[in-house]
Amino acid sequence: MNVIAFYIAAVIAIVATVLVITLKNAVHALLYLAVSLIAVAVIFYDLGAPFIAGLEVIVYAGSIIVLFIFVVMMLNLGKRATASEAALLKPAMWIGPVALAAILIGEMAYLLEHGAMGVPAASVVTPRAVGIALYGPYVIGVELSSMLLMAALVGAYHLGWHKQPKLEIQDVSREYGTGTDAGRDSIRTGSGRPAGAA
Amino acid sequence: MLAGILFALGVVGLLVRRNLVFVLMSIEIMLNAAGLAFVSAGARWAQADGQVMFIFILAMAASEVAVGLALVLQLYREKQSLDLDSVDEMKG
Amino acid sequence: MFKLLFLVPAIPFASFLWLATVGPRTSRRAVAIVGVGSIAACALLSLLLTGSYLVSPPLGGAYTQVLWTWIAAGGFTPQIGLYLDVLSLVMMLVVSFVSFVIHLYSAEFMLGEEGYSRFFAYMNLFVASMITLVLANNLLLLYLGWEGVGLCSYLLIGFWYQDSVNGAAAQKAFIVTRVGDTAFAIGLFLLFTHLGTLDIQELMRRASEQWSTGSSLAITAAALLLGGAVGKSAQLPLQTWLPDAMAGPTPTSALIHAATMVTAGVYLIARTHVQFSLAPPAQFAVAVVGAATLLLAGCSSLVQRDIKRILAYSTISQIGYMFLALGVGAWSAAIFHLMTHAFFKALLFLAAGVVIQALHHEHDIFKMGGLRRDLPYGFWGFVIGGSALAGLPLITAGFYSKDLILWHTWSSPQGSIALWIAGMIGVFLTSLYIYRLIFLVFYGDKKMEVSHRSHWRIKLPVVALCFLSIVGGFVNMPRALGNVTAFTDLLHASLPEALEANKAGMTEGLSEGLAAISFGCGLIAAYVLFLRRRSIANALGASSAGRAIHRFWFADWGMDWIYDRAFVRPVIWFSTIDRNDFIDAFYDGVAGLTELSWRALRATESGRVRWYAAWITAGTVIFVAIALWI
Repeated sequence: MNVIAFYIAAVIAIVATVLVITLKNAVHALLYLAVSLIAVAVIFYDLGAPFIAGLEVIVYAGSIIVLFIFVVMMLNLGKRATASEAALLKPAMWIGPVALAAILIGEMAYLLEHGAMGVPAASVVTPRAVGIALYGPYVIGVELSSMLLMAALVGAYHLGWHKQPKLEIQDVSREYGTGTDAGRDSIRTGSGRPAGAA
Repeated sequence: MLAGILFALGVVGLLVRRNLVFVLMSIEIMLNAAGLAFVSAGARWAQADGQVMFIFILAMAASEVAVGLALVLQLYREKQSLDLDSVDEMKG
Repeated sequence: MFKLLFLVPAIPFASFLWLATVGPRTSRRAVAIVGVGSIAACALLSLLLTGSYLVSPPLGGAYTQVLWTWIAAGGFTPQIGLYLDVLSLVMMLVVSFVSFVIHLYSAEFMLGEEGYSRFFAYMNLFVASMITLVLANNLLLLYLGWEGVGLCSYLLIGFWYQDSVNGAAAQKAFIVTRVGDTAFAIGLFLLFTHLGTLDIQELMRRASEQWSTGSSLAITAAALLLGGAVGKSAQLPLQTWLPDAMAGPTPTSALIHAATMVTAGVYLIARTHVQFSLAPPAQFAVAVVGAATLLLAGCSSLVQRDIKRILAYSTISQIGYMFLALGVGAWSAAIFHLMTHAFFKALLFLAAGVVIQALHHEHDIFKMGGLRRDLPYGFWGFVIGGSALAGLPLITAGFYSKDLILWHTWSSPQGSIALWIAGMIGVFLTSLYIYRLIFLVFYGDKKMEVSHRSHWRIKLPVVALCFLSIVGGFVNMPRALGNVTAFTDLLHASLPEALEANKAGMTEGLSEGLAAISFGCGLIAAYVLFLRRRSIANALGASSAGRAIHRFWFADWGMDWIYDRAFVRPVIWFSTIDRNDFIDAFYDGVAGLTELSWRALRATESGRVRWYAAWITAGTVIFVAIALWI
């Protein structure tokens, strides 16, 4: 295993993650998240799991992050959102969580110190082996995750679909003088309504 | 170790941020970190199991993101903001 | 025939249930028919049973009818059983007949009142309870009847409950008799623990076997029973409730507080006479209580203004005579006087009711006068009843019964001259106060106008009781006048004979003569003081000594005052300062603690996701720490 590659990728991942959780602009944060995920994919490849590395990039960084970005852009939060985020992120608020996380990391370090640990083997686990394992002993997991995905699909559809409370939105559209069905989706075409304000 | 650090960072992000999107992002970070831990473990003993677990985690993360983002949309529609603290109607 | 015994208490009870549930919705006529009719059936049955008993008495002189076993717990199996011997037969007859007459009267008397069916329901329940008391074959069932009559007394005294004074009087009655009832209950416990049964005949048998005469157990048990009797029969020191109980309707006063309930104590002592014979000090106490009460109440009655209160004190006094008789061992004489007293006292109350109703509920005798022509039934009722009460010689029942008692107080081995003198003074006082009442109400100048035509339902009971007050005494006449001992002989089947010690100085005839003279003195004194020369009475009353005595006797010899100071005020004081009870604080503390923890826990449900997430993380950290290092 290539140690240097591992450490570089690790550092990039950590830095990118820190940036993710501290940035105020959602899109920026998402892009950094993508960077972090790709770094982790590199680590996967380094560990001898090329299939997973590919999956990580394609599925995780490729579709999930993209989905995030879609939604964020759909919400169209605007500058006011970023400003209000700043107000919410006071330094004082970091203390508690950081403390907890520090303890957690400490515990982990302790465990790793005293647990059995060795240098990972240098062999590569081929996709073929993964496939055999997946459809062999783990086939029930496959079934379950397919059901899970189905449920998620239905759930997301249901939650995303919303019935128009006709009176309200009509009033809004009449008020603001837009002739189109402005309430159909949640894209506010620059109507100036505050977004993200608490 | 790396997985642990990443996970801890995810926890911090979860607790600190109030914007629901960021919270979901933090959850993703945490899931990813867990998956990394799994794969490392699998690679340690040169078995496919770790990767299999990661695939499941991936599937789960995907579905969770789908539903979570739908909820984000709902929240925005109701409250016109994504502040997580504003949805405290189940208090008491 | 005897098998129908259970119907005697059952019929009034059934009619009570009907009157209580369906009665208010039916017409007054229906209520009256059911209410009076049930007691009429009861009286008729009693009559038939008496006839049957006299013609062919059951084996052993007593008939027992067990309806079912009430409780079966360990060795304790009291039954719902009825016991018919001569004593209970006589009592049952008196109670049912007098009740019938009074019910008939009250069908007319209470016609104008609302709550008509309620009244009859209570009265019927009362009769059922009283019959149960009288016929009970074990002390527990007797106690049930005892409590039942106490309850009905409370309900009926407070019949006009809208006026809180009546409610207070009812409470006073109940609470004071409760003191007696508690003594009675403790006596029951004692008897049961030591003798193992409450069946009366069995109890008496075992008591005489196991307890020697004068043993402390016997005395204690007898004293406790005496306590109960004293409470229910309004004797010293628990007599304060009866004058106030006159707040109830007049028929109630007639039935409950003159003729029947207050005689329950006398019945109890007569029933458990074996117990008292085993405890001579207790029996002596009975006599002393009786003598003291009759004097005290006689004096109090002399100065009262309310017509019913005069009669109430008179009742207390006459029951004192009965207690006196029981105390000297003249059991049958006491029951004889009980019977005649029921007749003439009920008559007096009914006549008083006539007067009160005619004068639109006026009770003060000083506001009445000259009514003898306008209210003939009231007048003759009072004259005949009052003379019976005082003991007009030869032609009234009271004369015979009272003289029998007086003779026995002298001649019995347990009697003494002091008791006899007390009885004599009592005769004087009795005739004085009752003739005072008669002269003030019926003679003299008329102060209130009245126009009243009595209904047949009122006339008939009055006439019936007049008849009985005259004739009732003829069943037992003293030696000097024919020596008829029918009544006492009858009762000797269940009550021991009164012993006669040979004491010099008095014969029965002499005793009677002196009693007659005493009566005459009272009559003349009343005539002079209240009819001819009122000035003397007024002068006596106006003098400072007279005023003081008057106030003292008016307030029942200060007993109410004593009780107020000794008991009522300390209890009220204590309950006021104990308002925030410290024991309550303990229980409140538990509630308060729960509330505090609720508040604390409530704070954790803030509804904020981040808050929950933070706590989850913290929890995880802690658990991992525990797993690692512990």
